[in-house]
Amino acid sequence: MAFTLNVNGASHVINEEEDIPLLYVLRDTLRLNGAKYGCGVGQCGACTVLRDGSPVRSCVVPAVSLQGREVTTLEGLRAPDGALHALQRAFLAEQAGQCAYCIPGMILSAAGLLRRKPSPTEADIRTALDANLCRCGSHNRIVRAVQRAAAELAE
Amino acid sequence: MSAPVSRRSVLKGSLVLAFALAGPDVAWAAPAKKNGLPQDLARTPGLDAWIRIGEDGVVTLMTGKVELGQGILTALGQLCAEELDVEPARLRVLSGDTRVCPPEGPTAGSMSIPNGGAAVRQASAEVRALLVDMAAKRLRVPAKRLTVRDGTLQDSGGGARITYWELVGGKRLQREATGTVAPKPASQRKQVGRPLPRVDLPAKVTGETRFVQDLRSDRLVHGRVVRAPTPGASLVAVDSARVAAMPGVLKVVRDGDFLGVIATREWGAVKAAAALAAAARWKDGAPLPGDPHAWLLAQPTQDTVIHSVERPTDVAPTRTLEATYRRPYQMHASIGPSCAVAEWDGTTMTVHTHSQSVFETAEALAKMLGLPKEQVHCRHQDGSGCYGHNGADDVAADAALLARALPGRAVRVQWSREDEHTNEPYGPAMVTRVRAGVDANGDVLDWDYALWSTAHGTRPGGEPGNLLAGRSLAKPFAQPEPKNGGPPNYAADRNAIPLYAFPGQAVTTHFVKAMPVRVSSLRGLGAYANVFSIESFVDELAHAANADPAAFRLRQLRDDRAKAVIVRATERFGWAGFQRRPHHGRGLAFARYKNLAAYCAVCLEVFVSPDTHVPRVVRAVIAADAGEVVNPDGLANQLEGGLIQSLSWSLKEAVRFDARRILSRDWEGYPILTFSEAPSVDVQLIDRPEEPFLGAGEASQGPTAAALANAVFDATGLRVRDLPLTSERLKALRG
Ligand code: FES
Ligand code: FES
Repeated sequence: MAFTLNVNGASHVINEEEDIPLLYVLRDTLRLNGAKYGCGVGQCGACTVLRDGSPVRSCVVPAVSLQGREVTTLEGLRAPDGALHALQRAFLAEQAGQCAYCIPGMILSAAGLLRRKPSPTEADIRTALDANLCRCGSHNRIVRAVQRAAAELAE
Repeated sequence: MSAPVSRRSVLKGSLVLAFALAGPDVAWAAPAKKNGLPQDLARTPGLDAWIRIGEDGVVTLMTGKVELGQGILTALGQLCAEELDVEPARLRVLSGDTRVCPPEGPTAGSMSIPNGGAAVRQASAEVRALLVDMAAKRLRVPAKRLTVRDGTLQDSGGGARITYWELVGGKRLQREATGTVAPKPASQRKQVGRPLPRVDLPAKVTGETRFVQDLRSDRLVHGRVVRAPTPGASLVAVDSARVAAMPGVLKVVRDGDFLGVIATREWGAVKAAAALAAAARWKDGAPLPGDPHAWLLAQPTQDTVIHSVERPTDVAPTRTLEATYRRPYQMHASIGPSCAVAEWDGTTMTVHTHSQSVFETAEALAKMLGLPKEQVHCRHQDGSGCYGHNGADDVAADAALLARALPGRAVRVQWSREDEHTNEPYGPAMVTRVRAGVDANGDVLDWDYALWSTAHGTRPGGEPGNLLAGRSLAKPFAQPEPKNGGPPNYAADRNAIPLYAFPGQAVTTHFVKAMPVRVSSLRGLGAYANVFSIESFVDELAHAANADPAAFRLRQLRDDRAKAVIVRATERFGWAGFQRRPHHGRGLAFARYKNLAAYCAVCLEVFVSPDTHVPRVVRAVIAADAGEVVNPDGLANQLEGGLIQSLSWSLKEAVRFDARRILSRDWEGYPILTFSEAPSVDVQLIDRPEEPFLGAGEASQGPTAAALANAVFDATGLRVRDLPLTSERLKALRG
């Protein structure tokens, strides 16, 4: 079936099966790398993107259900001139990540948090990221990166 | 809307094409053993195999070591830039390409800096010396008057100058390393020892193509493999006609128990694989052991006394203590399931893989496919962190088998979460038993340690029988009989020999060859269980002796560097002045990884809830001595990551299974540590720039587990000797 999807500010006509999760449209149809496959069942957060600014697990959200919504992936965080988002800069400044496979999901979940709560406490950040799994043990650097981005955005 | 993506942009992702290479035509003579050369360089002494200077001023470093998220390419770049006197930005690093990179074996065992790093340092120093010599001749000035800055040589007397690329741009040096050039002394290093940012991170935080999972081309299709639902099951029958007719399905492939499907689109492949799984009938293999530890102790074993020291005195011990420790099967549990992209053009099988052992895996793939070795080309591409031998090599075999069935297409296979959880080779279950006779002070007179374990190493190693797919073909390759690793690194018995100066010592390995559950190398191998056991027991001995656990350790150690990390960790932690709050406790543990790599001491504070018995780590300190440090931030990241991962193993993780099947099939069935459970970590590095590199990537796994058990004992008086250390175990002990 055909439907329209608004991703990173551009409108796309999608011709896909009715049951296709958003993740596969983003990766396979639109060729975007940001959202990663981690579990496919909503348990790890690697596939997190924003739906109207709030984090969702793209592996379990049917793409058709997002008609009329604004989807943002890692690629959509950069400014039109290519400048990195404050969170991306902060993750680099803190060298937050080892393999970094989990990082796109972390950044998008954090973006959702900062939108909801611009000055989160450390506990807020940990709670907001609790369902995002990291196997490399980069947790503390990721928390510091979110704190750094929050501080910068608050200026 | 999906504009065709050219082959070129696919390749760009793999770091390789930014500059042209002359190709893999350099055939070096058989590796000569040369005195004075680092091992990897002795194996590949031709300098052109390591470094090329392009006409465009780009310096290319080639390495057989691969990026696993540990930051190795950044560190190797620093070593190269340092010795060559070029800016790191001038470097391009080619890594893990079996046709262009020096074969350096697997990237494993905390050996990439000690072996690979030492080779890059020496090769770079030798290339610089050759270039300085050439420049001196060309400029007709004495070599010692030349200074080098970012590849430009300048005569400090005259002012004449020339660049590396003007001298040799695009040409080969055609020289071998001699071992006669000394790398820079510590006092002159500018790049090494600095926290240079990771070269691969920017692409990963912006979503550029850097992961094998993200490779795309206009020939890309998607494969999925349907795995046996229970370990060792065989495929009885499958009716694939309906699947073959599904929209977008290009091919169903069956070869014995190997069953896969290829579709044009990824979602189509996922659905086709599910339909294929539903259409397949399997016959279960042998049942799995109910209690893996009882099973281990009941097996025939290959017994080796790996260490024994006769006690010179014959004082009778005043007391003998004994304890048994257990470690369960545990997963690598990568966040991104294993993935590979393979393409068969009728001549060459090209496999993009995140394998840790590209060279040996290429060989295993060639044998599996019945091809000469030269016809399989593996190219490393980053994947999700693996921490040892996970599904990376198996999925490369899956992709290669599917690609062979569909020539001309690039077949991408990514395992599902369930595939990964149920098929990766786990870190093996182990049992250890330690007995000590102590004197009136509580100091050890006799130390007797024994361990039971299956194999810790079933990496491909050139053998298709070590690949899941290789074992399931109609003409299957048998899995080679597993071996335990010997000295100096050891495997099951890694770190089984204590570093303490106990007067009498005996260490025995009981190696079990059978493997009812698939096993292989997980970060630290046997060191995780052995250090957990030794350092838990030393804590038990300290308490029995009424001694402070830190002081007790220090008085039985002779190695000053070992003592230094314990002193640093306890000082930073505030061990001496520790104010005990109710239900809080402190724990310390120490090891030198492999007894020859980095020294590492860990102190933890825990809180154990009196109501739920759930242990929570409040804060952690690591002190480590890795000899000369190339990149302190990278090292700290590895040590802290290792600590948090080990806490996850030690607090929560055990693979669950019944007699038939693996029950840990997703993250709910195998939970890992979350943000709220991860403690703050203070990493202290003792840098010794004049000392050799000591590998550190696995150094914190063992000490963390023991420090945890020791802290929980301090908080509760309960000694948990079975991992993981869960609230259920504490509840049971409390009775
Ligand atoms: S891939 Fe979507 S939550 Fe894991
Ligand atoms: S950085 Fe590797 S999983 Fe998080």
